[in-house]
Amino acid sequence: MIASGFIPVDGWARLVLCLIPYLTIGYDILIKAWKGVVNRQPFDENFLMAVATVGAMVLGEYIEGAAVMLFYQIGELFQSVAVGKSRRNIAALMDISPDYANLEREGEIVQVDPDEVGIDSVIVVRPGEKIPIDGVVAEGASTLDTAALTGESVPRNVGVGEAVISGCINLTGVIKVRTTREFGESTVSRILDLVENASSKKSRSENFISRFAKYYTPTVCYSALALALLPPVFRALLLNLPADFSVWIYRALTFLVISCPCALVISIPLSFFAGIGGASNAGVLVKGSNYLEALAEVSTVVFDKTGTMTKGSFEVTQVCANGADERELLEYASLAESFSTHPISRSICRAAGEVDKTRVSDVKEISGHGVTAQIDGKAVAVGNLRLMKSLGISARETDFSGTVVYVAIGGECSGYIMISDELKPDAKTAVTALRASGIKRMVMLTGDAQAVGESVARELSIAEVYSELLPGDKVELCEKLLAEKGRGEKLAFVGDGINDAPVLSRADIGIAMGALGSDAAIEAADIVLMDDNPLKIAKAIRISKKCMRIVYENIYFAIGIKLLCLMFGAFGVANMWFAIFADVGVMVLAVLNAMRALYVKKL
Amino acid sequence: MTKTYKIEVDCANCANKMEEVANKVAGVKSAVVNFMALKMKVEFEEGAEVAAVMKDVLAACRKVESDCEIYF
Repeated sequence: MIASGFIPVDGWARLVLCLIPYLTIGYDILIKAWKGVVNRQPFDENFLMAVATVGAMVLGEYIEGAAVMLFYQIGELFQSVAVGKSRRNIAALMDISPDYANLEREGEIVQVDPDEVGIDSVIVVRPGEKIPIDGVVAEGASTLDTAALTGESVPRNVGVGEAVISGCINLTGVIKVRTTREFGESTVSRILDLVENASSKKSRSENFISRFAKYYTPTVCYSALALALLPPVFRALLLNLPADFSVWIYRALTFLVISCPCALVISIPLSFFAGIGGASNAGVLVKGSNYLEALAEVSTVVFDKTGTMTKGSFEVTQVCANGADERELLEYASLAESFSTHPISRSICRAAGEVDKTRVSDVKEISGHGVTAQIDGKAVAVGNLRLMKSLGISARETDFSGTVVYVAIGGECSGYIMISDELKPDAKTAVTALRASGIKRMVMLTGDAQAVGESVARELSIAEVYSELLPGDKVELCEKLLAEKGRGEKLAFVGDGINDAPVLSRADIGIAMGALGSDAAIEAADIVLMDDNPLKIAKAIRISKKCMRIVYENIYFAIGIKLLCLMFGAFGVANMWFAIFADVGVMVLAVLNAMRALYVKKL
Repeated sequence: MTKTYKIEVDCANCANKMEEVANKVAGVKSAVVNFMALKMKVEFEEGAEVAAVMKDVLAACRKVESDCEIYF
């Protein structure tokens, strides 16, 4: 082809010389274009390229026709290499999946597919290996690197009896793990499943681009047709100028080259895919592109207090008995609470030690209030002030800024137990970071007493706090806050996933934290923070903002350049060479830009 | 019932087109093509013959993108 440019041949010889490389390079495009026409799906890029290049040939621009086809093919190759590489990069980042498990079978260790390991088998994990399946350490002790799951770089120590989660890397010692789940149900499989399916939930931007692409190509094609026919007819009939059909047809063909929507269509989902991949690498699981998009528009963040901003590990700090024995009071309280799983109940039971559960009967747990039971024939009520009031028992309020559990024995308030919870070390920084990333309104909800809620809110400098809420109240409040926010703004609710599933699903975006191993939270939330550090909330928002910035850059950039090129093409400034370079160049730049969404470590 | 299949297709717009036609195949309740993961997630209608439906899906996809592949 290049040779034909220099060899002084004309006419038919020149055409034949150009046709040889043209057909060699572009035969598959021509075949596909023909198939598209046969199947009544004509507006695809193959058809456009076929028409443009064949058109150029007919106009006598033999070299141009062949060259455009060559560059188009090079561009396609480049695109599939760039996209394939990006895809592999992201996949590698998310590859926490183990390849094998060392199963202990009749005293021997065999390497098997993790799929084949049943529940309650013993597997051996050596240093440097990934834990393939969730389980409990049966033998040995080690430190685990959980960075692939949580983004947290500080290793975790585990010993016998402790639960370990698949996907962690064993760092120091050999441990034997008794599996508690099958591979398909293990954390690592669930997370992979979640992240891979995340981009199936399409965002508004992605839907916009698919719709745009659907209209863009036909529109440009018809414009090309108009450009080829109308101006020459106009010139010939009204201005008495020569029609110059070949000039206008050439310009129309340039249009066709620019009309391929691929740069757009590829760069938007790739940006989201990279954003989701980068986020999951930082320990933030996003369950869909739509949630990543919505997260960037969050203006109101609603927190649950316990387990989100505080550690949720309660400690009994003081027992006050009105005349009765303190030890006995604690024992009664612990007996009544011994069947409850509420964290406050657990802390009372821990403080009291072993008790004889057979002394207890008729246990009733009243959500948001407390527990009533019969112990040694006496009616015992353990709970908050609300419970005492509902039972008609008079109790004196205290001004302690922690949780107060009242204990009534035989219908009379016999004293109270004071329990406090600690703030998480990063809670305060997290609030500041959220404010810095543009959150206008922060609200804290808690089922705890007003004094507790207000003292925590003060410490965190959160202005709005609603306390003494029952689980149902939280949903109602959430609805109220949803109604108050501005148009186009979103509300995120952050909870620990325990008993706040209804609120998680009611909010625009439900964020569950500390979800490592908690299925309920992973199920209910839209975004899952793998560790329980509240700083990750702000990080997740920053990741989403960066991703959305890239998405918009790509949309404006790609559409902008295309429109510009169409204009140049129409006025004859741009020729076909220019068009093909613009097309391929925009695509490559958009893909490279999309890959930036992957790098979120320093955000 | 929902099943996920590995697919082979080399451009994003073609993946969109595959999704569009797959959704129109009888027996398919909804189909989502994830170009990034190269996967197609198909939710079948109640009582649909999966193998037969997928054959139709592949045929429909081949019509819009002649060199695509669905592994089922």
